[in-house]
Amino acid sequence: MDIEKIVKRAAQEISAGEIINLGIGLPTMLIKYLPDDLDVSIHSENGVLGAWKQAPRDLAQPQLIDAGGNYITMRSGGSVFDSAVSFAIIRRSKLDMSMMGAFEVDQKGNLANWKIPGRFSPGIGGAMELAQKTSRVVVLCTHTDKAGNPKILKSCKLPLTAANCVSRIITDKAVMDVTDDGLVLREMSEDITLDELLSQTDAELIIPDQIGRY
Amino acid sequence: MNKRKGIEEAIAQIPHGAVIMVGGFGSPGTPFSLIDELLKQGQKDLTLIKNDANEKSIGISKLIENGQVAKLITTHIGLNKGVVERMNSGVLDVEFYPQGILAEKIRIAGAGCYGFLSDIGIDSEITDPEQLIEVKGKTLKLETALTAQYALIHADKADSYGNLVYSASAMNFCPLMAMAADHVIAETSQLVAVGDLVPESIHTPSAFVSSVVNLEVLTKEYDVMEARFGY
Repeated sequence: MDIEKIVKRAAQEISAGEIINLGIGLPTMLIKYLPDDLDVSIHSENGVLGAWKQAPRDLAQPQLIDAGGNYITMRSGGSVFDSAVSFAIIRRSKLDMSMMGAFEVDQKGNLANWKIPGRFSPGIGGAMELAQKTSRVVVLCTHTDKAGNPKILKSCKLPLTAANCVSRIITDKAVMDVTDDGLVLREMSEDITLDELLSQTDAELIIPDQIGRY
Repeated sequence: MNKRKGIEEAIAQIPHGAVIMVGGFGSPGTPFSLIDELLKQGQKDLTLIKNDANEKSIGISKLIENGQVAKLITTHIGLNKGVVERMNSGVLDVEFYPQGILAEKIRIAGAGCYGFLSDIGIDSEITDPEQLIEVKGKTLKLETALTAQYALIHADKADSYGNLVYSASAMNFCPLMAMAADHVIAETSQLVAVGDLVPESIHTPSAFVSSVVNLEVLTKEYDVMEARFGY
């Protein structure tokens, strides 16, 4: 399944020793693919550092959720705090990486994920602060929308969450890096040809000699 | 010093048109019982300040669905499609802030100050050029403090003086709102004797709290999975 493929690939981005925020939706789903002994601190903006896998129903504490409202467990050494402290951690750039979804993302690393005027505006949530203040922002999204329109664009059309903030984009079709030269294709899904990928991508892709498969 | 009140008396203080901060991020910290009493008493034209709109037929979503809310000041309503539709159709006025900026606007009000400077969203459509000021060669955005007449808070434990303790991720906006509102009404299902709370463990000191409501039971809403899926 597309979603599963994105989430599994994204889980490989996470290294020991990092402090990471995982956004609502695809990013929080990847925790289940992390090895139990991986020494990583997951920050949840509702006030948890050391968030871990979803809690089975019989062990769930109703007062302990992630930002998406799922019951979670915590790693030993974790902490809980109020929303002002939670965003102090973000704005002081203490996170090594943030993963979040997108309505649109473009080849300059601009990100739009809070407002589709007149249709669906979920709101800003933590996205502006995470996008603006985390050194490495990784976007997880499907390569095209439900109607098949590209989401990886030359230039975002929707109101921006933050400009020039994205480092890497992981979709069900490709892994791409935003660089000073432009958007570089790093990996392609094993079930797609380059021509098929390009036909589903609006952004101009730089194609290196070596492209990984996943 | 005894601030204990019955739920009806505590909520009856709130007039039509009141500006009310409501604790909670999703379900944890949301004062569901105080909200249900507000639903019962029917105060109208309310302005609510809450991180989110809860989910369909849960918490403040009930007040919105019942037409008691004129304006919602919030950060994210993506888990409540009904509220998004009410915003789109113009029935509900919604004002969005970045989550940490909303928290800080409330925190700074609670600290008795009037504003702060930030660079969040400075290039985005949420910034009006009139909010920008130059300080030491940097262009920054002036964010003003956000106050309210009332705050409704769920505490894990409280005493009758109004000392409050929160649990796990139920802390969120609660201690900030408890400092920023003129009248703070806290509910708890664990009202303990004065002196039983360890002083160093108290999150909100009693000076900020006006009323404490003891709950005999917690309804199923306090357990979001129960409320969502009826396990």
